[in-house]
Amino acid sequence: MTVHQLSVFAENKSGTIQRVLDLLKEGNIQIIASTIADTTDYGIYRIICSEPTRAYETLRAAGISVNLTDVFAIILENEVGKAADTIKLFSDADIDISYLYSFMLGNKGILIFRTKDSEKAHEIIILNKLNFVAEKDLSTLI
Amino acid sequence: MSRPEIEKLQLERLQKIVKHCMNSPFYKKRFDEINLKPEDIKCLDDLRKIPFTTKQDLRDTYPFGIASVPLEKCTRLHSSSGTTGNPTVILHTEKDLQEWAKAVARCLHMVGLRPSDVFQNSSGYGMFTGGLGFQYGAEHLGMLTVPAAAGNTKRQIKFITDFGTTALHAIPSYAARLHEVMEEMGIDPRKDTKLKTLIIGAEPHSEEQRRRIEDMLGVKAYNSFGMSEMCGPGVAFECTEQNGLHIWEDYYIVEIVNPDTLEPVAEGEVGELVLTTLNREAMPLLRYRTRDLTRVLPGECPCGRHHKRLDRMKGRSDDMIILKGVNIFPIQIETILLQFKELSTDYLITLETKESNDDMTIDVELNDMFTDDYGRLQSLAKEITRQIKDEILVTPHVRLVSKGSLPKSEGKAVRVKDLRKPF
Ligand SMILES: [Zn+2]
Repeated sequence: MTVHQLSVFAENKSGTIQRVLDLLKEGNIQIIASTIADTTDYGIYRIICSEPTRAYETLRAAGISVNLTDVFAIILENEVGKAADTIKLFSDADIDISYLYSFMLGNKGILIFRTKDSEKAHEIIILNKLNFVAEKDLSTLI
Repeated sequence: MSRPEIEKLQLERLQKIVKHCMNSPFYKKRFDEINLKPEDIKCLDDLRKIPFTTKQDLRDTYPFGIASVPLEKCTRLHSSSGTTGNPTVILHTEKDLQEWAKAVARCLHMVGLRPSDVFQNSSGYGMFTGGLGFQYGAEHLGMLTVPAAAGNTKRQIKFITDFGTTALHAIPSYAARLHEVMEEMGIDPRKDTKLKTLIIGAEPHSEEQRRRIEDMLGVKAYNSFGMSEMCGPGVAFECTEQNGLHIWEDYYIVEIVNPDTLEPVAEGEVGELVLTTLNREAMPLLRYRTRDLTRVLPGECPCGRHHKRLDRMKGRSDDMIILKGVNIFPIQIETILLQFKELSTDYLITLETKESNDDMTIDVELNDMFTDDYGRLQSLAKEITRQIKDEILVTPHVRLVSKGSLPKSEGKAVRVKDLRKPF
């Protein structure tokens, strides 16, 4: 029910992001979505891509500090307020969300989030019949 | 020997050696300059009236200027490589060589080696004192001694199995290498060899590395401390307690001083090791500043020996950083960093002047991205900062950097970058 996301340790000004992008390009791995947040010294560059496991191995082999993390990817209809309604389901169940980002793919919205309460999150998704992206869908998503 | 016995002997020998040193043009001049007479040394505390001898003095008097005997009485010369300036030379008489062999033999006897043992010396020979020093010491003890020297690992292993080597002298990294090749050759050191004792030293290593090597080879590994200025090996050695190195006080007087003020440190505190040789004939050294940092371990050793115990060497006084009036040794920081498995072994200390204040930044390499969580990264940096502050009493700015982005640790110089403006 979750997908693998790459989390890369990226020092500011170190050129890590460019290297990661080049390595993925060479490996013919497509980026579906990415986001970066930063502190004063470093950032975590998070990537959803077509073949996360292979991407992870490629980056590791190149000496990049990278982590493979399970995140939820919920598919939303392209309607106003859908994101608000969906998040409410989780917050009403007292599920803490560590971080969240979203993007549009075709005419659907995709909501990516990470939580430590993944069992509870699973339940919410099943009970409310939410659409989600599974790991095997990633390669055909684009 | 009990403490009073040791100290009585030390005073006798000190008075004798100081008198003998007046045959050295170097010491004669030193004493005359401050109007000090050998008779002025009336108790052990009077040692402090004598000026220090430094490595620079050895260089300045290169090659034979400190000797206290004529050259024709000497039978051996050892020289250290001089990376900066003149090399240093140490001369020995026949008697010096015998005493040296006795001191090494005493070390080896202390860790249980006996004439029935087979001692393989996988150490460099030639000018390097670890070769001949252990050779003569092991022979003096009466062991069958194999001068295998360094290198040719497969042949070393053949010696170990064929000759039934029970004790081996090698630097720690080479001991690890021997094990690696044994594995490749299908040799189990516990079953296929008689190895039981390993003598290590000369190369800095952590307690954890020692335990790992002991485990790999199925041996007990003992630390040895020596330096070419003090003969070589045989100065201090661990007993079977493996907790501190007994220094032979009938051979040396030990002082620990603050490298900055040159005043003695409080008991048990870290400082620079200063040694006075008590029974050297060719080239006695008075209050020689070794530049090695250590401390005297407090309390009695359970083994019952009364010779003082030195803690493992904690680096060189040359590496000392003075920050906000505090003396800091990079090894203190390194020891803490080594405990974090999230970090690689490389680090960089940068000292800067910020708003007319001294500031320390420590870059540490993240070994692996162990998390996807900022909080965890930040608490790691916080924990490192806290532990370092507890140790050095200065709060550093700890910065996580990517793996492979710091210069590799070949020389110590690259570990510390001092960009502070002199005022
Ligand atoms: Zn002891």
